[in-house]
Amino acid sequence: MRVEQISVFLENKAGRLCEVTRILSEANINIRALSLADTSDFGILRLIVNDNDKAREVLKERGFTVGKTEVVAVEVDDRPGGLHRILDVLFKANVNVEYMYAFVQQSGDNAVIIFRFDNPDDAVKILEKNNVTVIGGEKLYKM
Amino acid sequence: MIHNMEFETLPREALEAIQLRRLRATVERVNATVPFYREKFRQAGIVPADIKSLKDLQRLPFTTKADLRDNYPFGMFAVPMDNVVRIHASSGTTGKPTVVGYTARDIEMWAELMARSLAAGGASRGDIIHNAYGYGLFTGGLGVHYGAERLGASVIPISGGNTKRQVMIMKDFGPTILTCTPSYALHLAEVATEMGIDFKDLRFKSGVFGAEPWSEGMREEIERKLHLTAVDIYGLSEVIGPGVSIECIEAKKGLHIFEDHFIAEVINPETEEVLPYGETGELVFTSITKEAFPIIRYRTRDITSLNPEPCVCGRTLMRMNRVSGRTDDMLIIRGVNVFPSQIESVLMEIEGVEPHYQLVVDRVDNLDILSVMVEVGEGTFSDEVRVLQDLEKKITKNIKEYLGVSVKVKLVEPKTIARSEGKAQRVIDNRKL
Repeated sequence: MRVEQISVFLENKAGRLCEVTRILSEANINIRALSLADTSDFGILRLIVNDNDKAREVLKERGFTVGKTEVVAVEVDDRPGGLHRILDVLFKANVNVEYMYAFVQQSGDNAVIIFRFDNPDDAVKILEKNNVTVIGGEKLYKM
Repeated sequence: MIHNMEFETLPREALEAIQLRRLRATVERVNATVPFYREKFRQAGIVPADIKSLKDLQRLPFTTKADLRDNYPFGMFAVPMDNVVRIHASSGTTGKPTVVGYTARDIEMWAELMARSLAAGGASRGDIIHNAYGYGLFTGGLGVHYGAERLGASVIPISGGNTKRQVMIMKDFGPTILTCTPSYALHLAEVATEMGIDFKDLRFKSGVFGAEPWSEGMREEIERKLHLTAVDIYGLSEVIGPGVSIECIEAKKGLHIFEDHFIAEVINPETEEVLPYGETGELVFTSITKEAFPIIRYRTRDITSLNPEPCVCGRTLMRMNRVSGRTDDMLIIRGVNVFPSQIESVLMEIEGVEPHYQLVVDRVDNLDILSVMVEVGEGTFSDEVRVLQDLEKKITKNIKEYLGVSVKVKLVEPKTIARSEGKAQRVIDNRKL
């Protein structure tokens, strides 16, 4: 039930993000979701793409430091309180969210949120026990 | 003012006679008490009796920083520890510092030389000396302190840092002599301005600045902003600390070497041949009165030339010109000696960090800023900001702990550090002296 995310180290200077999107575009890779965390010195670009292995390969070839992380994609009711219900479940189970961001496509009528947990296995169990729909990688990449 | 009229104005002949007598005694003693020197002399085929004239000094082997490291910590001491009353240390080229020791008589002699230095810089009994050199293993703080007391001046042992408090004390205590690194002097001026205090309204007459290279341009700036006369002082812990040579306030043109205690030579750093007066090369010192840590022909790596011309101040002591650079890659950051190899050792101790780094030195608001650029490879990368920030903090903390210098760590992408002909350019010094 896991989704693979790649992350790229970027220095905070002009043109670096553009360089990543150029490389991915030239390799015909589609970006499905992304989030950029930044400090005054550096940024970390997290991406979900349709072909992780190829994306890592082309980025590494061009000198980028690329990491791979497992994240969890969760369906969220697209209505007030939808996200809150999920975070409440996680909070009560004492599961820490490292970061999260939204997926571009909806799953049916629901929004999709990507979560990064310290311990994704435990988090998935807790979410499923509370009737939250977790989307697997296969399905997500094709959405 | 001349503190020791007899020894600072000796006729050259008398001075050289004293030098030869003291040199011979030192060579005898290190040969008898320091296995390192005995072995070096043996290898060079020299016995102490071979030293018949000052010229024979040139037959003795050189001592380098690497030799001091090999004999870490106390292997170069020429007296039993029972007789060592003080230990100081400065940066070595690797993780280990260079350690020096002093007997009670060495401390007395050093105080005398620092009293001479402060007097040459315009201080006398009745002056209040604001001593902002760091107190500790670094020789600057305590060196000036003992000299100031010997002179009979009042010393404020303020040490480095906490600049606003320093300015307040300057305003309230009315010190007349300032001692610190030249860059810190300019920083003090800036902080004072921010606090609405003008150096014009303070009581400073002169300042004795050293422990880092500076220029005539910086002297003019210091004199203009701090409203005092600025003189240059030189020293290194391997020789004794500050007080090896000093500019006189009368001429402010070259630093008088206390030749009754140290013999200076300038050599070609490649061929190791001794250069004639006036020619620029590497400065080499031999101590001729020290007890605990005598040193023979120590290669300072500092680049300068010697000037035997008589001086208007009346001292007969030869002058060395302002140090213009180094023959190695040592950096001086806010008075602290830093070798790139030391930074490298610290980085290599952190798991996952790759040996790709670069040091960039800037002077911002007259303070040296050392940035350490570290490439982020797969061994250290994380998708979490916190993990990378922790890495930055850890590198900063370890460097501070091992080297005593605060740095700014900047994580950079792989291959951003220029590799010229396969060899990385480790240091970019943007300071304009």
